[in-house]
Amino acid sequence: MRSTSTVFVFLFVVALTAFSVIVVWPSSPYRYLPGDFWPHGRGIKLGDWERETMRLGLDLQGGAYLILQADPPADYQGDLGTALDSAKNVVERRVNEFGVSEAEINKTSGNRISVQVPGLSLQEAQDLIGKTAALKFMVYDDNQQLVEASGVIDGQTIAMTGADIKNNTYAQNIGTTFAVVFETTSRGSKLMDQITRRALSYPSSDPRNYLIVMLDDVVLSQASVSGIISDSGQITGQASFSEANNLSKQLNAGALPVPLKIIQAEEVSATLGEDSVLDSVRAGQVGLLAVMLFMILYYRLPGVLASAALLVYTAITLMVFKLVPITLTLSGIAAFVLSIGIAVDANILIFERMKEELRRGRTLNAAIDIGFRRAWSSIRDSNVSTLITCTILYYFGANFGAAVVQGFALTLAIGVLISMFSAITVTRTFLRMVLGTPLAKNHFLFNADEVKKTAPSARRAGMTSEEQGNA
Amino acid sequence: MLDFAGKRWWYLSVSFAIFVVAAISLAIFQLRPGIEFTSGSTFTIEFTEREVSQGEVRDAMHDLGHEEARVQGAGSNKYLIRTEELQNAPALDSSEGPELPGEINEIEAGLRQRFGALTRSNFSTVSETVSTEIARNATFAVVAASFAILIYIWIAFRAVPRPFRYGAAAVIAVLHDAFIVLGLFALLGEFRGTEVDLAFITAILTVIGFSVHDTIVVFDRIRETIHNDPYIPFEEAVNASMTETLARSINTSLTVVLTVVAMMLIGGETIRNFLLVLLVGIVAGTYSSICVASQLLVAWENGDFGRFFRRLRGKSENLAVEPA
Repeated sequence: MRSTSTVFVFLFVVALTAFSVIVVWPSSPYRYLPGDFWPHGRGIKLGDWERETMRLGLDLQGGAYLILQADPPADYQGDLGTALDSAKNVVERRVNEFGVSEAEINKTSGNRISVQVPGLSLQEAQDLIGKTAALKFMVYDDNQQLVEASGVIDGQTIAMTGADIKNNTYAQNIGTTFAVVFETTSRGSKLMDQITRRALSYPSSDPRNYLIVMLDDVVLSQASVSGIISDSGQITGQASFSEANNLSKQLNAGALPVPLKIIQAEEVSATLGEDSVLDSVRAGQVGLLAVMLFMILYYRLPGVLASAALLVYTAITLMVFKLVPITLTLSGIAAFVLSIGIAVDANILIFERMKEELRRGRTLNAAIDIGFRRAWSSIRDSNVSTLITCTILYYFGANFGAAVVQGFALTLAIGVLISMFSAITVTRTFLRMVLGTPLAKNHFLFNADEVKKTAPSARRAGMTSEEQGNA
Repeated sequence: MLDFAGKRWWYLSVSFAIFVVAAISLAIFQLRPGIEFTSGSTFTIEFTEREVSQGEVRDAMHDLGHEEARVQGAGSNKYLIRTEELQNAPALDSSEGPELPGEINEIEAGLRQRFGALTRSNFSTVSETVSTEIARNATFAVVAASFAILIYIWIAFRAVPRPFRYGAAAVIAVLHDAFIVLGLFALLGEFRGTEVDLAFITAILTVIGFSVHDTIVVFDRIRETIHNDPYIPFEEAVNASMTETLARSINTSLTVVLTVVAMMLIGGETIRNFLLVLLVGIVAGTYSSICVASQLLVAWENGDFGRFFRRLRGKSENLAVEPA
């Protein structure tokens, strides 16, 4: 039955697919497709929001490789080994907080840290990792000049830096305004105590009452001191939660235990090998074609429609991966292959049911409806269980630092959700679009010929379905 | 109608035997952790005499006995190589110091012999990329997920009698599949030196996802058969459901297997182990939904296990009695 709503859904699917293909079309198609006449994809860009390339992980595309050397001041007294361990953690969090996932960070001999970040240019990586090295606290001196906020401990004047703040700051709503809550280290609490006492001796209109947080000579926050702070405090007056949240991230990231300098920066290729990745992409295409060929040979017309639905599914899924964006790695591809299997499975379930119903002598229209209704409970239960697994894996991945597990879970969950849409809505709409056409009268095309043996009147019934459908 | 349930003892004994073999190999040989889980050595090689491709470098490292080596391009004709920790590599906590002669020289000589002049730089030791704790945490996650699946199936199948058994049977089938793959890689690690990496963990998770998915689809059919005919003998219900879903089970795995085999045959060699996990796991997952999960249900419903253990106990009592 080709009702208006079917046509409407069909047009929506077509438009969505066209949009997806435009979004995901690769910027260098010759890498993946034979021939060189393909247009170059541009992705989409709306102001600052840019999704021009698919984010691929280190294993598939490579990225920027940086070696950071610990650069302790001459009078450095701490244990460099431990400092490097925590510096590694800081770099790790810094990279993750800015939305780049699955970077590879190693402690390296010679007091170094080596970092590989996927999908960033060298410059971007250096900006991200290198630039945020120095977080400072500043005050105005008597001459209205910005100077480092400092205190005196054991007769020595020490400047307060990011290292004196614990890495556990967080943003919070306070009434209608927003604040960043922080805790100081033991040295930080002594310094902060002296700095805030001094600031409080001036009225709040005096600039000397201000405490300024600076990151690489950029003022992050300027707040007046309203009470003595030692162990913990708040920076209030942030305009929005996201602003407070950003400040909190920067405070966390800025708390480097030892200065690091970049001694080497290079772009590196995929860890799996460029050649190997391209071979695998080609193999994946062959695999997908084989699946489609199989579906068409076995299920005939519904197979053709399911193959079309599969293409729609692939385009939409890749579009979502690109827009979110999700860093696609080999693990993500495993999830993707599995979700393709799940998408195809849903179609197979429905078609097998449809065939059974046709053989029992139902009309095509009824067979489609019953096929979908009967297959629904198994599609629902199997997919819900997969989504439950994804939720648990995501939660564990996030809490136990297993980014790879987390990425896998997210990729799979997106794949499963879209596969349900594809199998239920897309395939059914395609089938219904075919219903009104002469194609639908041919039982050969539905591979339901055995119908003659089991129910002699079925073919006639199939044809009357058209009359009913068109009525 | 095919008689699956009648042959359940065959399926269950064979599956149990495979499971035991897999579990024992895993316990004895254990998995061989790849370079992501252990500290290793890295160095940069720049070839100055001729153009050398990434594949050539990988093959050369392979021939030099470093199958695990990871080769990345780092600029023109320059490669960043990561291997397992080489002999006499600098200690991880050391500052920069004089370099000792060691295995690195052999590799350098081997590469020079094959590709001509080269320069080597930045030889250093790196810590593990991910700690082995990830494997442990992933195991916890899988255990937690198994419980969640058990409870979900328990609820989703509440319309049939004793729904808990469906959940338990599905989880046992999943464990069966996971252990087969783990056991296989323990064996491959021992005899072929195959290492497991981070992607291995996600491949196992994929297998688990597929196995549960497949089992639930088969169970769904049993649920429907029982719903339509509540007085049908359970064995018959299972047989009918198996027969009806067989085409679907095989076709679904076939589509996934087709993709995986295509990638194995013509895809890059660096992802072959990963694909092997998927291939074995998916075949095992399809097999286990029909031959393990469903047959466990039949055996459980028929009280086979009780009878089996009673007979075992009876025999041992007889044995104990005989000599007296």
